[in-house]
Amino acid sequence: MKTVVCVKQAIDVPGFVELDSAGTDVDAPFMEPDLNEADTYAVEEALRLRDEAGEGEVVVLTAGSEGADAALRKCLAMGADHAVRVSCDAAVLHDPIRVARSLAAAIRTQAPELVLCGVQSSDAAQQSTGPALASALGLACISVAKKIELGSADGSLTVQREFEGGLLESVALALPAVLTVQTGANIPRYGTFKSTMRAKKAQIEVVEPGDIGPAASHVRRMFVPTSDGGRSIEMIPGGAADVAARIIQIVQEVS
Amino acid sequence: MSTTLVVAEIVDGHLDESTRELVTAALALGGPVALGIATEQPAGLLAETGIAGVDQVVTVQLPPGGFDHEVYRSAVEAMIERIAPKVVLLAFSIRSAAFAGALAESAGLGFAADVIELRIGADGELVAVKPVYGGKVYAELGFDTGTATVVLARPNVWAVADDGVVPSTVVEIDLPEVATRVRHLGYQAPESSGVDLKRAEVVLAIGRGVGSQENIEIFARIAEQLGAVLGASRPLIDAGWLPPAHQVGQTGMTVKPKIYLAFGISGALQHLAGMHASKTIVAVNTDQGAPIFNVADVGAIADINEVAEQIQQQLAARGVSA
Repeated sequence: MKTVVCVKQAIDVPGFVELDSAGTDVDAPFMEPDLNEADTYAVEEALRLRDEAGEGEVVVLTAGSEGADAALRKCLAMGADHAVRVSCDAAVLHDPIRVARSLAAAIRTQAPELVLCGVQSSDAAQQSTGPALASALGLACISVAKKIELGSADGSLTVQREFEGGLLESVALALPAVLTVQTGANIPRYGTFKSTMRAKKAQIEVVEPGDIGPAASHVRRMFVPTSDGGRSIEMIPGGAADVAARIIQIVQEVS
Repeated sequence: MSTTLVVAEIVDGHLDESTRELVTAALALGGPVALGIATEQPAGLLAETGIAGVDQVVTVQLPPGGFDHEVYRSAVEAMIERIAPKVVLLAFSIRSAAFAGALAESAGLGFAADVIELRIGADGELVAVKPVYGGKVYAELGFDTGTATVVLARPNVWAVADDGVVPSTVVEIDLPEVATRVRHLGYQAPESSGVDLKRAEVVLAIGRGVGSQENIEIFARIAEQLGAVLGASRPLIDAGWLPPAHQVGQTGMTVKPKIYLAFGISGALQHLAGMHASKTIVAVNTDQGAPIFNVADVGAIADINEVAEQIQQQLAARGVSA
């Protein structure tokens, strides 16, 4: 079985940031890119299915510029067989619909039985690339999968998905399909020193997205929030003892 | 003004409170508000549609079975075709997020999720604000008004709309033919436990900042001493350090205690969704840039293990026993 795992080079930023001159994004030196943590569970799930079956191929795919190759190399170090990057502008990366269409172009060429995504990215947190990707590919989609079991050789799949409050639903569907994998579904492996060295030199295939449709939105500006919802924050001065005393006081006021 | 379609979030056969928040967000856009209800027995929910500001109700009857996102998507697509809204509002929940991206992709609509502010800009553009980069920065997105835009709004941000009269206009729409590809096998309720986060007046929640599993013990003890219920963020549950019953957040419990003590919790979106509406939020974290401080009323930059030790000592000095 061939599985494509879609991953993202997610951006974290420090507590203090400056914006670029246009004011529409964080200035590049303040960006700390890394493989989106939720995606490591999707990669692990694909590797587990491959290893348990004793055959198959795991292709990792991302949309982005050359900088995103580092995320792919991390997945190769974990044990993925092949890596593909769809060229994608930074502006497109803010729109999950057009990211999904970009990924779909590469997936059609790969023609996998299974497509896995992480449940959400840490930087945009929209939970929507997977479902949009399924639509672009015309495939069924199950979000927030906790447990994935392959049926016996008939191309079927049993999935346990999670809803609010920890409610679980078991569903059955036929391959090919798109699943988003919940965090905690497994324990993602780390690359070894040797595999990391090998991944550094691995070839990354670069493909073009083709027509991904017009942009329906644009970033007007970005800004650093001061306080959410008009709450003004009281910062407790002093050391741990002062913090502890104030917390006890706050709790005792209501009880 | 063009109509805004609010798609009701239905949980356990009833309109979720987040639906009323969506109505408040819709009213701020200025146009008429249509409330869309897609469920197995829409007639049974009409009595719940008496929400101030809702002008009409649109219903689609769904076939019985589990939650099928493709069925749901085509139901909402049919509502959009009939109502021709400029904005389609849904709650940012697991159910809505399971199909909203697909809806926007297939119908060629604008899209934004985890939106915390929505308005019509001075230039007439629909403007949505959403947190990015872990919530440390907000992005203000502008949408092309030529097409409708699907917006998933973060729960517990907008006020709950008041009661109103049940709208007299109810438009019933037939569900278009849709091939179901996902077969529902069954539900499994989460294991019940003695952890009653929902009813707790004080929640003491811990996150990654605890550092190791051994450190959890002291927090469990001070929670008990303070009369609080122990909560946790997702990473601790994923690591198997605490059972799922302790989880606060989008896939865990949504809580609204009088006091929410967030110890070593950075404030990822999934967590904020579950505790944002708490009356008083106290956050202790070593990272002053942590997004939890954006929602906190009281904050401290401190090591939570040191603070926990101090709380224990000070309680002991007052004669509070473990």
